[in-house]
Amino acid sequence: MNKFNPERRRLLQGIGASAAFAAVPGSALAAKSKKPVGRVVVIGAGFGGATAAKYLRKWSHGAIEVVLIERQKEFISCPTSNEVLAGHRKFETTVHSYDNLKKHWGIKVVTASVTDVDTEKRVVKTDKAGDFSYDRLVLSPGFDFNYDSIAGYDEKARETVLHAWKAGPQTLALRKQLEDLPDGGTYVLSIPKAPYRCPPGPYERASLIASYFKEHKPKSKVLVLDANDKIISKEKLFLSVWEKDYKDIIEYRPKWNVVALDAASRTVTSELGEKVTGDVLNILPQQRAADIARKIGVVNVNDRWAEVNWITLESTAVAKVHVLGDALSAAPLMPKSGHMANQHGKAVAAAIVEIFSGREPQPTLMANTCYSMVDGKRAIHVDSVHRYNPEKKVPLVVEGSGGVSKEASVEEGIYTRAWATTIWKDVLG
Amino acid sequence: MKIRTIPLTLALLASSAGLAQASGLPQTPPPYFAANCANCHGTDGKSAAAIPGIAGKDKAWLEEVLKAYKQGTRPATIMHQLAKGYTDEEIAILADYFSRQK
Repeated sequence: MNKFNPERRRLLQGIGASAAFAAVPGSALAAKSKKPVGRVVVIGAGFGGATAAKYLRKWSHGAIEVVLIERQKEFISCPTSNEVLAGHRKFETTVHSYDNLKKHWGIKVVTASVTDVDTEKRVVKTDKAGDFSYDRLVLSPGFDFNYDSIAGYDEKARETVLHAWKAGPQTLALRKQLEDLPDGGTYVLSIPKAPYRCPPGPYERASLIASYFKEHKPKSKVLVLDANDKIISKEKLFLSVWEKDYKDIIEYRPKWNVVALDAASRTVTSELGEKVTGDVLNILPQQRAADIARKIGVVNVNDRWAEVNWITLESTAVAKVHVLGDALSAAPLMPKSGHMANQHGKAVAAAIVEIFSGREPQPTLMANTCYSMVDGKRAIHVDSVHRYNPEKKVPLVVEGSGGVSKEASVEEGIYTRAWATTIWKDVLG
Repeated sequence: MKIRTIPLTLALLASSAGLAQASGLPQTPPPYFAANCANCHGTDGKSAAAIPGIAGKDKAWLEEVLKAYKQGTRPATIMHQLAKGYTDEEIAILADYFSRQK
């Protein structure tokens, strides 16, 4: 495990382990400046990957060297980005630094894109930061869109028709389109068939944009075109809020699967040939594990998602590669959420620490909580606890656990924002 | 339910002269699942937001409160649903773990 390759030597001489640990006086990591027992490379520093990196360092007390590779310079949170669209939150509050992962945890954070992985030699190649060898690879790459699922959603169309389903420049661009929309204009949101990232996310977005319209553009409409048979998360709660607060603003059409769009006339067409025209089109194509996962060879379910061993989250296709977050072929009733990706990150970290400690990893419990704001103050939630089932070899929701809110409340609105603040720190601090 | 046959590489790892102790790796598995609580209550239960912190609270109190949530006798927005996912033994482990966090 302790092959001392040139890359590792270079690393140790650079921001090397001892130097990094010494920068954390008094912490558990400070005393451990010995040669690392191995190196884990983590690809993707979102809710899953950054959590895995931090907890690998925490639980190994610095014994495992961690290299975290991320193409973005900063963390941009998808949860809370719908609040930015509604004008309830400043975009800057969703952007966070990776500095604490370096300073507090001695993680080597590398800003680069992964170009390829040699899973035989166990080397990750990047575009501008060189190569990194690993003993274990953790892959938390998120998703990519399948633009082919909608005819006409080409590069030109994408200049004006946005998804804003990965927080960042698109969040700000969609906010601008909503601000520019004249009162009386129609905003069209289309939802792909599940599974996709953040099941309640589109319904939260519809609610929050309706809330913005209600206050600032009362003649405007939100038209939701859902490829699913019904609202797939917190259905009764969303419907109750929409009926009470947004009756004349939100129109919801289930089983409306967008198969084509024309950006010039801002028209979308359904599977059945029905057409809808809007002023702002917010179209979400189908999703699949990010392209890098495909390249590495871990995508083995329906050519879309990665299957894993649910104790270690190790790929069933490629040895020593652990996959987590949205890229996974999810367990039953396990959502593709930031909260869940954080839990995956901890499960992976625990398994790898156990492996490096010479023990057989044991299954761990996972839990999910998804809050959704429904206006500027109130929120609702859905939650669940998932326990590994040894016969089915997959985590299942513990019978009787979990549930949803009784009704939208200001108290849960406060918790929603506290949740964001806290999980950002758990992931990045 | 420990699996007896440890793969060769693991056996080699384990035999490398008290590796866990020397390196800082844990000698016995810590209660990893306690980190489930961190998403809302902060890493090691230390919260800086509206959701209450649970680090350093009295062990018996934590256990009682979690069991009351589980039984539905203590009102909550969400904890009565989450607590039902844990066994009483796990609740005792969580209470012990968070009571020891400073």
